[in-house]
Amino acid sequence: MQKIQNNRAWFLVLPVLVLVAFSAVIPLMTVVNYAFNDTFGNNEFFWAGLEWFDEMIHSDRLHAALGRQALFSAIILAIEVPLGIFVALNMPKKGFWSSLVLVLMALPLLIPFNVVGTIWQIFGRVDIGLLGHTLEAIGLDYNYVNDPIDAWATVIVMDVWHWTSLVALLCYAGLQSIPQAYYQAAKIDQASRWAVFRYIELPKMKGVLLIAVLLRFMDSFMIYTEPFVVTGGGPGNATTFLSIDLVKMAVGQFDLGPAAAFSLMYFLVIMLVSWVFYTVMSNMDKAEAGQ
Amino acid sequence: MARITLENLAHSYSAHPKSDADYALKEMTHVWQDGGAYALLGSSGCGKTTLLNIISGLLRPSQGRILFGDHDVTDAPTTERNIAQVFQFPVVYDTMTVRENLAFPLRNRGMDAAYIASRVDQIARMIGMEAMLSRKAQGLTADAKQKISLGRGMVREDVNAILFDEPLTVIDPHMKWELRTQLKQLHRQFGHTMIYVTHDQTEALTFADKVVVMYDGRVVQMGTPEELFETPAHTFVGYFIGSPGMNFIDAKIEGSRALLPGGEVVDLGANYGTVAGKTRIGIRPEHAVLSDHGLPVRVRRVEDVGRHRILRAELSGAGFNIVLPEDAPPPGPAPRVSFLPGKVGVYADDWRVAPQSLERAA
Repeated sequence: MQKIQNNRAWFLVLPVLVLVAFSAVIPLMTVVNYAFNDTFGNNEFFWAGLEWFDEMIHSDRLHAALGRQALFSAIILAIEVPLGIFVALNMPKKGFWSSLVLVLMALPLLIPFNVVGTIWQIFGRVDIGLLGHTLEAIGLDYNYVNDPIDAWATVIVMDVWHWTSLVALLCYAGLQSIPQAYYQAAKIDQASRWAVFRYIELPKMKGVLLIAVLLRFMDSFMIYTEPFVVTGGGPGNATTFLSIDLVKMAVGQFDLGPAAAFSLMYFLVIMLVSWVFYTVMSNMDKAEAGQ
Repeated sequence: MARITLENLAHSYSAHPKSDADYALKEMTHVWQDGGAYALLGSSGCGKTTLLNIISGLLRPSQGRILFGDHDVTDAPTTERNIAQVFQFPVVYDTMTVRENLAFPLRNRGMDAAYIASRVDQIARMIGMEAMLSRKAQGLTADAKQKISLGRGMVREDVNAILFDEPLTVIDPHMKWELRTQLKQLHRQFGHTMIYVTHDQTEALTFADKVVVMYDGRVVQMGTPEELFETPAHTFVGYFIGSPGMNFIDAKIEGSRALLPGGEVVDLGANYGTVAGKTRIGIRPEHAVLSDHGLPVRVRRVEDVGRHRILRAELSGAGFNIVLPEDAPPPGPAPRVSFLPGKVGVYADDWRVAPQSLERAA
């Protein structure tokens, strides 16, 4: 039978295309424009080719920021994922307490990023902050303003406080979808607590865990507001992550060309890493299914 | 393996049951013999799964005791009861291979590796999955998964009992038949005590030596399939077993006669004296035959169900079914029905009444 061609259907996609073009493609293209040109204002542009990219790829400053960024993402993933799973496993499954815990868990996720930053900025201050002052009072030498280790610890604890809920809530949803019969069968098979986790809970949580890891990776790799509010990237450059560095370059020094090249590479790196993550994890899934 | 004794057992899901209606399981005392194949039969919500969960230890009964052999296990957790259970929906460990699934209960009990391997092979042969042993359990069909569940239940030789909670619900009809036959065979071979919960009478009647019919939290009758068919102890058993179910007609019992509302008289073949309560007589559709004499019936319609025909009629103002042989002539314009001798039962307030004497009243 002859397939009927009806290309008018494309018109239905047009509104979306226009919207996406307006909100994403065109702004992105202006960045591309800056990345390949040099400008001195007055809307005058001079072709620069790959010069900015070359400069950025060999920039020690960028390498250092990238290293800090990777370390930061690795640390918070290593803390938030296991901690989130642990919290989810211990959350009440039903009744009044489960609703209450759900609300409490969702709270940090509802607070605007810069407010989170402000909360911790004050919380950690040695003169007026509850945390900072307490640590000082019990004799710990804590000061996130001039000690890089303390600054890192503060930023990491803040991120864990802010985002572990997300991992826990996702895992909790995964756990809730496990039928009771699995736990009963495990009891009858005399499975240990560890075996129940390893063979029932973990496999059922795998789908949501994949999403949780992806989200946490992307978000932490792009983190800007909270560390900026707390440490401003300091002391020195100790907590200057990629986004903070980028903003310093673009807005602080007004080096638009290098900053544009930087952001394009930044964007590609996040896309690439996310894609690799996703492919590897979903392939693992397929291999397990024996297909 | 063990005899299972339920002693004054009752269960309520509410913490402070006030009336009888709060009990999902009314007080009962039963002994289930070692090595028997029992089917728990009843409609949804009659308490059969509650009873099963009490036996497996997933629920603690609100009152009474439960014994395996002479050993009181009322407070023993599931793991100590050494039972196996197969659930309604297949439970397999997705990330394990079929072999690991079957070996799991044995491994957890620290059995010897060589023993596990031989036992797993044996079970795999029984459930016909030798070829798939190295495959991951994930991605198998529902009936293959359910076979694994069955296999995991069977893999331990020393279990006290194997419990089945409607295990064939998700299985294709032709596989149902095959699996049921296999279960029956396994039962004969190993003599485990098996308790099989179902709401499907065919499943219950073909699987079990003894069928336990439950209704509204009570065991209303426990007997062989034949006993359930011939002498249902409760009107529910009459309705539930057989297709179509037993006919029940309001009747006044006077000695060996039953008076129907329309004035017809039925000979009961034995003397019942006077029976108090709401009285009815029950006759199986298979035990009613069309004949020249007997009671007049009004035909509503005839249904052909293949093997035989069902005559839907009215007797004394109430619905009445008669099973006709496939080759029987169609009923005439004024058909009459008579009952096979000794097949009419008398029920008072839903329970079967025994005759006072087998002689007819004068």
